[in-house]
Amino acid sequence: MAYSDKVLDHYNNPRNVGSLDKSNPNVGTGMVGAPECGDVMKLQIQVNPETGIIDDAKFKTFGCGSAIASSSLATEWLRGKSVDEALAIKNTEIVAELALPPVKIHCSVLAEDAIKAAIADYKAKEEKRTPAGAVTA
Amino acid sequence: MSLKFPIYMDSHATTRMDPRVFTAMTPYFTEIFGNAASRNHAFGWQAEEAVEKARKQVADLIGADAKEIVFTSGATESNNLALKGVAQMYAEKGNHIITAATEHKAILDTCKRLEKDGFRVTYLPVQTDGLVDLQQLRDAITDKTILISIMYANNEIGVIQPVQEISKIAKEKGILFHTDAVQAAGKIPINVQKDGIDLLSISGHKLYGPKGVGALYVRRRNPRVRLAEQMQGGGHERGMRSGTLNVPGIVGLGEACELCNKEMAEESRRLSFLRDKLKDKLFAELDEVYINGNMDHHLPHNLNVSFAYVEGESLLMGINDVAVSSGSACTSATLEPSYVLKALGAGDDLAHSSIRFGLGRYTTEEEVDYVADKVIDVVKKLRELSPLYEMFKEGVDLSKVQWTAH
Repeated sequence: MAYSDKVLDHYNNPRNVGSLDKSNPNVGTGMVGAPECGDVMKLQIQVNPETGIIDDAKFKTFGCGSAIASSSLATEWLRGKSVDEALAIKNTEIVAELALPPVKIHCSVLAEDAIKAAIADYKAKEEKRTPAGAVTA
Repeated sequence: MSLKFPIYMDSHATTRMDPRVFTAMTPYFTEIFGNAASRNHAFGWQAEEAVEKARKQVADLIGADAKEIVFTSGATESNNLALKGVAQMYAEKGNHIITAATEHKAILDTCKRLEKDGFRVTYLPVQTDGLVDLQQLRDAITDKTILISIMYANNEIGVIQPVQEISKIAKEKGILFHTDAVQAAGKIPINVQKDGIDLLSISGHKLYGPKGVGALYVRRRNPRVRLAEQMQGGGHERGMRSGTLNVPGIVGLGEACELCNKEMAEESRRLSFLRDKLKDKLFAELDEVYINGNMDHHLPHNLNVSFAYVEGESLLMGINDVAVSSGSACTSATLEPSYVLKALGAGDDLAHSSIRFGLGRYTTEEEVDYVADKVIDVVKKLRELSPLYEMFKEGVDLSKVQWTAH
């Protein structure tokens, strides 16, 4: 299969590879996929509690080149966005940016799922800190 | 010697034709162009003579008589002819066929077709090392069983099946035994007498011969095997395979068989040395590498390994100047991981992480060194990227994790 230049670029120079501290209350972790399906993505965001802006994002992916590229691109896009802006990222935007062929669309879906899972994890932590009904300053 | 890229290490898919084979073939395109079935002039006689020489060369490779060789367009046709030909010819005797789950699609799909036509097929599972369980084979036999078809050696994991034991069981029960020997012929010694084989498929392009030509060995004595022809025409090849003979292709197949026969001992020594070197280098530098298939009953030029926590297609992408295959779903047309590796029961994750190395006549030691170093380098890089490797290193039991399958 021929890969687009952008997929090759992300594969050869993946951005923001690594892990953030899962236990940090400002870090949300999303892990999606399954080893027997051939792809697992771990995507993490770190939200600045003052500004509500994602100031760091990291990923690790087990999967094909397109899966690696999709998650690498996602971390690039997440940085500097608010949580709500991040939630608006659509897999179709990833498909367009990386010129993914139809058989690789599921890689972009997985990246979107990973973003959503990371945000859900972050929000769950936030809620724990500020239980429902509590008044936030 | 300097390396030439890309490096070819996928000889189970096809092999480069030996230039000596090419030389043997060339006169039969433009000079000696006769139809081997033309019995009444010199053009036909010359072509026939060349075909009969090739028939003997093929027969000699497998310890058969030249009269027992039927030329075909390739092993897919040979397998179709063997299975359908026996099934139809012996339908009155029974309607049950036994094969194995790890067979090539040319066997499995033919069996599926026969099932539609009312035959019953048992697909034997294999053990974790890829070998069939002889007791399971015995247990699968019924009084309706007419044919056992088990491959000589597997095209993905290179394991060599216990052909002599299988044929002994078949013989005891009066059942015909066919073997798809595409990967084994020319690579390891085969003798249809000692091995007790009744039908055997060969392909030209897997043993440094041309594409588009193959052969089926059909036993003539003890027992005499009869086949229902699958194409009607001029009654060529003792009525078993009609169609004007592909003389240049057949000459090439014959020459390729003779070369393999002559050079097999030396070649297999050289290739198993190189294969072991590749394996030893990978194991010395990487952890969590798993061999697929029994290494004690193994083709000398095959190595199939899974690099745990690394997905196969991404590995291929990193070694894009090397031609190898992966059992990963992403590299297959069906988006399913290799059914052969799945049949070993090791788990789909190891199938996704597998690479098949197929060394061959033109593989050099420099190439093996290069490929080993490159694979090691890319596996290490991808493991840096792998959340699974990270979890493994943290001591997480991945089998206990609740995954979100998709």
